[in-house]
Amino acid sequence: MELYTLLREFADSWMLLFLFTVFVGIIVWAFRPGSTKAYEDTANIPFRHADKPAATKEARP
Amino acid sequence: MAKGRKMSNYIKLIALGLVTLFAMIGTNYARDLAYQVHAVIVMIVAGGLFLYTLRHTDEPKKAVAGVENEYFDSVVRAGAIATAFWGVVGFLAGTFIAFQLAFPALNFDWAQGFANFGRLRPLHTSAVIFAFGGNALLATSFYVVQRTSAARLWGGNLAWFVFWGYQLFIVLAATGYLLGGTQSKEYAEPEWYVDLWLTIVWVAYLAVFLGTIIKRKEPHIYVANWFYLAFIVTVAMLHVVNNATIPVSIWGSKSVIVWPGVQDAMVQWWYGHNAVGFFLTAGFLGMMYYFIPKQAERPVFSYKLSIIHFWALIFLYIWAGPHHLHYTALPDWASTLGMVFSVILWMPSWGGMINGLMTLSGAWDKLRTDPVIRMMVISVGFYGMSTFEGPMMSIRAVNSLSHYTDWTIGHVHSGALGWNGMITFGALYYLVPVLWKRERLYSLSLVSWHFWLATIGIVLYAASMWVTGIMEGLMWREVDANGFLVNSFADTVAAKFPMYVVRGLGGVMFLAGSIIMCYNLWMTVRRAPAKEASLSVQVPAE
Repeated sequence: MELYTLLREFADSWMLLFLFTVFVGIIVWAFRPGSTKAYEDTANIPFRHADKPAATKEARP
Repeated sequence: MAKGRKMSNYIKLIALGLVTLFAMIGTNYARDLAYQVHAVIVMIVAGGLFLYTLRHTDEPKKAVAGVENEYFDSVVRAGAIATAFWGVVGFLAGTFIAFQLAFPALNFDWAQGFANFGRLRPLHTSAVIFAFGGNALLATSFYVVQRTSAARLWGGNLAWFVFWGYQLFIVLAATGYLLGGTQSKEYAEPEWYVDLWLTIVWVAYLAVFLGTIIKRKEPHIYVANWFYLAFIVTVAMLHVVNNATIPVSIWGSKSVIVWPGVQDAMVQWWYGHNAVGFFLTAGFLGMMYYFIPKQAERPVFSYKLSIIHFWALIFLYIWAGPHHLHYTALPDWASTLGMVFSVILWMPSWGGMINGLMTLSGAWDKLRTDPVIRMMVISVGFYGMSTFEGPMMSIRAVNSLSHYTDWTIGHVHSGALGWNGMITFGALYYLVPVLWKRERLYSLSLVSWHFWLATIGIVLYAASMWVTGIMEGLMWREVDANGFLVNSFADTVAAKFPMYVVRGLGGVMFLAGSIIMCYNLWMTVRRAPAKEASLSVQVPAE
């Protein structure tokens, strides 16, 4: 089999399936239970540490 | 530490000396003018740095203490200045070439081969995309990654190397175009040695950005940094693949691309469309996700939507390139694939637009009182408009009318002037008072002037290009009863004249707005009252 044909058939079968699964997985993951609360905190990152760096690692879930 | 510094100075001196020597030899053996001028520029820069380093070697070092507990903002300030400067240069070049198209006499005889339309056009596109947009991305990414990671930039003076190295790239690219040193690939015109230099600078940029993220104090990586990181990584990949060339001679600027025929065209538009997708979209979305929440003083509308927006954009954009090659030697399946992905891309684009706009929900009154937020909102509006227009134009049937016409130019400018320009202006209006520790901007009414001049300028530009684009598309395909073409090419050129003048006037208005912005920002630094709080605490100079 020609290399081109081999790569093409792989790309539009297994690789397509893999990428699609990863993509759907990410969307499902974004809606996991408890994500709303976690993202509320994350979305507020721009409103902390505006003037100087944090001294220690922030301890948040 | 002191010993290590001394040692690194010696290595630096050897490297700079060798580069200077090489540039001197290059000046002598240069096979073309562009290479020769570039060799002189490199010789002066490397030689100057050699003398500077030599002068400071074995000098006692001033102790720098406690910088870790403050942000590295001097490089962001330099980036803000460079953004405003290159913006005016790029808009001026664009306005001039717009009038060159309307009035060909502006292609002066005495400047033939240097300042005619063909030489100035890539100068304009690279000046606005890479000099104006690139510096805006450098400055804002360095600002945002520090604030959202709660950590100082990684790598110390490496950030300064990135900044000045990038300015050198811009100067080499711009002078190269005027002197004919170009590989004729859209948005990738610089020749092989300029490409190599940009690769070095870009790797350093990635190191600074990623290093800061790695040493972050916030547990989560804020979404703006995801977009910036995608922009840096993808542009590196695109740049290296699209510029895979073999130089004809080490003493000349000419090089030959390794990709043959239609593969070269496909690689070029894979690069070209993702330059739009990752340089002008992902990077600027990073700006949107930081500066709109900051200016509106409320967090982004939906963080979940921002995650989906990010991954959908990343997964889809990379496939959209083939829509630039409808009706060419490219196989139909490939251009259909590009078309389908372009149409699907409409969804994440509008998801992002909704996320940006809805961040203002509950604070819509700010649109009336704050011209800076108005600027940011109209930029997201233009983003939505051009990401609807783009998928539509990528459909093969529409493309058969729009391709090679001025409609494309109008589409690019509603995105570039409206989305990229306006969000950058908004970010600059936010950043300058913060970076120079001023209480407020010098004048909000000047911001309003800028807003209206720029908006009306873009409307004139886009509207005239729609009219002239569709008109010339229809004129080109018009056939008489016997199947002969009705119009010659020169007929369409003559018919376009009034629209070209309107487009030029739109450019003048946009340029005038940006000059007003420069004056306003300059006066903000000089005249606006200093922030009281910052004066009570002594901040050591960086």
